[in-house]
Amino acid sequence: MALLSCKDVTLGYGSSKITEHLSFQVNENDYLCIVGENGSGKSTLMKTCLGLLRPLSGSIVFGDGLKATEIGYLPQQTAIQRDFPASCQEIVLSGCLNQCGLRPFYSKEEKRRAAQNMERMGISHLSKRCYRELSGGQQQRVLLARALCATRKFLLLDEPAAGLDPNAAAQMHTLIQQLNKSGITIMMITHDITGVIHHATHILHFDSQKIVWETNAQRQKAAPAPCVCPRHTEVRS
Amino acid sequence: MTNLLDTLVMYFQYPFVRRALIVGVLIALCASLLGVTLVLKRFSFIGDGLSHVAFGVMCVAAILHMTNDMLLILPVTILCAVFLLSGGNKVRIKGDAAIAMLSVSALAVGYLLMNVFSASANISGDVCTTLFGSTSILTLTGTQVWLSVFLSIFVIAIYIVFYNKIFAVTFDETFSKATGLKVKKYNLLIAVVIAVIIVLAMKLVGSLLISALVIFPALSAMRLFKNYHAVIICSAILSVFCTAFGILLAVVAGTPVGSTIVAVDLAAFLLAYVIGGFRHG
Repeated sequence: MALLSCKDVTLGYGSSKITEHLSFQVNENDYLCIVGENGSGKSTLMKTCLGLLRPLSGSIVFGDGLKATEIGYLPQQTAIQRDFPASCQEIVLSGCLNQCGLRPFYSKEEKRRAAQNMERMGISHLSKRCYRELSGGQQQRVLLARALCATRKFLLLDEPAAGLDPNAAAQMHTLIQQLNKSGITIMMITHDITGVIHHATHILHFDSQKIVWETNAQRQKAAPAPCVCPRHTEVRS
Repeated sequence: MTNLLDTLVMYFQYPFVRRALIVGVLIALCASLLGVTLVLKRFSFIGDGLSHVAFGVMCVAAILHMTNDMLLILPVTILCAVFLLSGGNKVRIKGDAAIAMLSVSALAVGYLLMNVFSASANISGDVCTTLFGSTSILTLTGTQVWLSVFLSIFVIAIYIVFYNKIFAVTFDETFSKATGLKVKKYNLLIAVVIAVIIVLAMKLVGSLLISALVIFPALSAMRLFKNYHAVIICSAILSVFCTAFGILLAVVAGTPVGSTIVAVDLAAFLLAYVIGGFRHG
């Protein structure tokens, strides 16, 4: 069964629909890139998958024993975080909270997990440093380590390279690719198409006219632009 | 010096000074803990707004000749806190306007009612006392002390038990919600606790100066330390120290308690600002 399957989903807020008839599946070990213009519904889709918004119609189902709370999420940074007095370790540990339940404090296992994920992101030496003093790239790694604490297999990323210089962005993309190779399923919104498109296994393209779902192999074959029906998801399988 | 010590020892023999010190320190401790969360969530003004609401309700209670006005003040203030804090992201854009609106209306209506219906001969004196808390901390009864102690311990216990969750909700609400934390419940909890603290703190510094207890220790601590744990602990210690020092100073020098505490808090903040400046270059 697929890790995540969207069936005929309509996205939007209240009475305003952004996208209709959206259907796709994310299988284990996929690397899905969501690209498209601002306001086309990329972030809304991600928030709906995370359960922060309800789909106006259709269904979003998790499979393979994955619970909705076992997803790692890398949100875009907020203004509050930029001057937050917290050490990296405290932030990474807070990713383990979804395993705590009613237990008020972190267990040894969770602390070990946090340390392990910081190691994985190459930020162990920063663990005692203050978050607001780090560079943009380092901050994103901290948040990525936190997301890894929250999940073992499925990671949703909302523009992980936003605001980073080209070098840091490339490093971020390499890191994400490594994570994907180590068995974590990735679903990522990005504007930096050229930087990531060759890593991705699937691409979901939001456009003002249409939504295209394709595998990377098809994309490379199909040139220049795939033909699709307006406002409908085309699934090439 | 010995003279000063003698005076202090003499004052400590009065139960009202001891009571004021116990209650003051406990309330300051609670306020400083929650203060860090509120400052970081950009809700510094909530203390001001809620305390004015509490003032308005207190006026109503006075007109109704209620013997235990806490029974009315506490629930109404909690309700307003919930309304202001748990509106969520969409409402929060108007959050500061909502706080300002609620705050001035409660202040105005409270004073108006007091003026029209009050039986007391010294209305402006009564109002001044509630606004600046000039003497009420020194006139605490045994029951009020126990109530304050009980509520403070309750607040501190809640804070310790939910420490990690409060941190997560403050740092990143969206992530917490996405990974399954009951963010709404925790926001509600924070709102209720802050309302309890403000109602308690009114006795100490009066409703105009409550913001000082909430924000000053947090701001000073954030200037000095860079991780959340250290900020919380520093904020608590600073707050307790400043309040105890302020109360003693007020008793010895005969100044109003509330404004003296706030003045000490301000001095500590300026000191922390300078030290922080040196440390960070």
